[in-house]
Amino acid sequence: MVKCNMKTCGSVDSIETFGLVDGPGIRTVVFLNGCMLRCKYCHNPEMWSFGKENMAVDDLVTKLIRNKPYFRRGQGGVTFSGGEPLLQVDFLIAVSKKLKEQGIHVALDTAGVGVGRYEDILQYVDLVILDIKHLTEEGYKDLVGRDRSAFFQFVKVCQSMKKPLWIRQVVVPGVHDNDSYMNLLVDYLKTLDYIEKIEFIPYHKLGSEKYEKLGIENPYVNKEAMNEEKCQELYQKYIESNFYFR
Amino acid sequence: MEEWKNFIEGIWTSEVNVQDFIQKNYRPYSGDESFLCGVSTKTEKVWKRCEELLKEELKKHVLDIDCTHMSGIDTYDAGYIDKDNEVIVGLQTDAPLKRIVNPYGGIRMVYQELDAYGYKLNETVDKYFNEFRKTHNQGVFDAYSEEVRKCRHVGLLTGLPDAYGRGRIIGDYRRVALYGIDFLMKEKKSDWDNLKGPMTNDLIQLREDVSMQYRALDAIKKMASRYGADISHPAKNAKEAIQWTYFAYLAAVKENNGAAMSLGRVDDFFDIYIERDIEAGTLTEEEAQELIDQFVIKLRLVRHLRTPDYDELFSGDPTWVTCSLAGIGEDKRSKVTKTSYRILHTLTNLDPAPEPNMTVLWSEELPDDFKKYCAKMSIETDAIQYENDDIMRPLYGDDYAIACCVSAMRVGRDMQFFGARCNLAKALLYSINGGVDEIKGDKVLDVPQITDEVLDYDKVKNAYFNVLERIAGIYSDAMNVIHYMHDKYAYEAGQMALHDTKVRRLMAYGVAGLSVVADSLSAIKYATVRPVRDENGITKDFKVEGDFPKYGNDDDRVDDIAKEVLDKFYKELCKHKPYRDAEVTLSVLTITSNVVYGSKTGATPDGRASGVAFAPGANPMHERDASGALASLNSVAKLKYQECCRDGISNTFSIVPSTLGKTKEEQIDNLVSVLDGYFVQGAHHLNVNVLNRETLEDAMENPDKYPLLTIRVSGYAVRFNRLTRKQQEEVIARTFHGKM
Repeated sequence: MVKCNMKTCGSVDSIETFGLVDGPGIRTVVFLNGCMLRCKYCHNPEMWSFGKENMAVDDLVTKLIRNKPYFRRGQGGVTFSGGEPLLQVDFLIAVSKKLKEQGIHVALDTAGVGVGRYEDILQYVDLVILDIKHLTEEGYKDLVGRDRSAFFQFVKVCQSMKKPLWIRQVVVPGVHDNDSYMNLLVDYLKTLDYIEKIEFIPYHKLGSEKYEKLGIENPYVNKEAMNEEKCQELYQKYIESNFYFR
Repeated sequence: MEEWKNFIEGIWTSEVNVQDFIQKNYRPYSGDESFLCGVSTKTEKVWKRCEELLKEELKKHVLDIDCTHMSGIDTYDAGYIDKDNEVIVGLQTDAPLKRIVNPYGGIRMVYQELDAYGYKLNETVDKYFNEFRKTHNQGVFDAYSEEVRKCRHVGLLTGLPDAYGRGRIIGDYRRVALYGIDFLMKEKKSDWDNLKGPMTNDLIQLREDVSMQYRALDAIKKMASRYGADISHPAKNAKEAIQWTYFAYLAAVKENNGAAMSLGRVDDFFDIYIERDIEAGTLTEEEAQELIDQFVIKLRLVRHLRTPDYDELFSGDPTWVTCSLAGIGEDKRSKVTKTSYRILHTLTNLDPAPEPNMTVLWSEELPDDFKKYCAKMSIETDAIQYENDDIMRPLYGDDYAIACCVSAMRVGRDMQFFGARCNLAKALLYSINGGVDEIKGDKVLDVPQITDEVLDYDKVKNAYFNVLERIAGIYSDAMNVIHYMHDKYAYEAGQMALHDTKVRRLMAYGVAGLSVVADSLSAIKYATVRPVRDENGITKDFKVEGDFPKYGNDDDRVDDIAKEVLDKFYKELCKHKPYRDAEVTLSVLTITSNVVYGSKTGATPDGRASGVAFAPGANPMHERDASGALASLNSVAKLKYQECCRDGISNTFSIVPSTLGKTKEEQIDNLVSVLDGYFVQGAHHLNVNVLNRETLEDAMENPDKYPLLTIRVSGYAVRFNRLTRKQQEEVIARTFHGKM
């Protein structure tokens, strides 16, 4: 039904019209297909591959603008998530540009591993929700299956363009919930400017059914969920005592 | 006048005009809730006694029935809960929760009601109503056409008020407090004197009405005097203003047993008196809250005697004491007062409860603190419904109120002829099955049958619109008969006495099953639908191949179908002349009856199986609104209020708390955003529930753990435990907007 050519179409997994945790206010979250990382805790493995291009820029923009009335208060807007939204560069730029023309707040929920042209993308982005995977070379590679140079490159552009950051750290038991990692995290975050918020997300098992459904081996099949209280304690100990947000 | 000291004068001083009095004298409040007081010792005692009685009532279902008297304004002795501690007095009968027998609507209903609870009617009453006095119900059936009877029998037209009170009339109960009864009687007398001209049916009827109204006012005065109150003159302070307004409302629920006996709006009116007393130093904030708390306790005790069948349709003893709050004035000032807060605060001071049916008239322009307070109370109690003031004010001015769930009326200036609803989904099946009822097999309408193997959209749509044309005529006939007879045999003299003599009347039609129809037509248009027919050629099931757009996903392809169907039906209804020159209105509302409508409707072309509950009101079908909460809301927001559904478009929205935000502050802010975003598009109504499905599932298995759990169903709030199992299951099956 959708007529697509390379320039005007993207591969969209789904649209959640009522996201309330992926950015300020009420968010419409666009899940874009495709990701080069294979994070062991990934809860959206169905979005790893690119799939078919199934949505034209204008159609998506029209859909997103429908929710503008809900964005007025509390800086709501559109969040691109995925998958990794940085991969569909032309599509992302075209949609974001049109949203900005409508005065809609745009956030990017990303692990920072794309294919470049970050300045072009970020000029239409108001907020970067940055997923910190791991902060040692081996740890990063073990968790996501790639080296971490791309990540730092992206962060560098964010910093130079002074993009506000929301930091997200998924806390996996046995991987992140120890003092040495936490100290590493604190030290790293202290080197960054423009951080508005830091969130810890306790690793949960809600994505595991998807692995079974897709017939993909789940590397964390035996991993226990992160204890929420303990995660909260870590947050207080390391984040609240070191960072102050308005 | 001493009673009106310090009030700013206006038109209201020389004629009955409460709206003018309010606009001249009320004081908008834009602050937060920090001024509110807790519950007083007296209120605590009275409420404790009520809780005991309510518990007992829950066990017995009906606490007691007065079988000696018949309903009437001044037929019962004074009754009290705990006389020493009651600051607002007055009960329907001589004891709390003792129910009234009202035979005017129909005597057979009374037998069923009394039988169900092991009571026997007083012999004299029995004799009168069988031998000498005709009832509304008898009148209706003397005049109904064969067609109406058929449509009623098969459940195409359902819930018609032809055997019980029509309700949905809101007297301007405030008039008694502002003017006193004597002035109101004088005005009615003068109206009656001026009703001159050739004695046509209309004039004769109106003159008779006004005479009955005049006598009813006198009866209200006598009833109040049983409680030691002289309401012949205006109320002189807040306590009297609240008490007398309550007496006027009480008269309405002594005289009538309509399904919805709504209160109107009192927040700004009471606030004027309260603020005047507080300024004069004769009332404290604690005392003001005490008056409001105790007023609300009285509203919570209103009961009507119902048959078990009725209870199955509308569970939990709903009375729709709808209490409208807030809104914006025509002069752009907010109508939020401290008393808007005080009334909502009863949900905290007493407990979250279904009655009075708290209805916030929402506008983007409401003060932010009030919006947040409402959102907070919604999250904590699930007891509030919201209706769009910005689309109602242009039609009804700024002194209107909601009757029942979604029916707006100018207080004291409009009345409505309640008309229940037509089952649109069943009508669609008739257009395929040649007017034969798919469950009962009766031939109801003489229309051609569609025998195609695969249904064709244009053909079905034309046949459907033809059926709607036919039904509109029959529906109109039914309504005209019902309301003619209701006026004749069960006239609400007490309530109509508190209306202008030249009242505007609204003929309020309704529909059920809208989302089933929209999805069915969409399936026929965009997928392949094959009817499965029985040996008589009547559809038993439908095989649907392929996907189709579903209402509730902000998809114009199907949402436009929903709009077109409503538009068609409304236009057809408008072609028929309504009784007493009423204006035609239409609502999309089902209350809890969506379960019963579903159970009486065969399988539909959208793939819904026979007997499965409809979605309530204008809601998308359960779990079919899969594009998230906003898309679901946007679909409903497209239905036209002003042009088509002026009697209201009900939408019930359930959301999981964690989806709404992480902290309470975020949840409050986000809920306010949802309400603003929904209503700014011109949507009409929203019931808000913030809860987890698991809570309801647990409550279904362990009712004792959740005695106070209140939820909003379609148009009213109800204690979850008072729903039937089937209704509970339907509520649980509804879409809960959440996220993985």
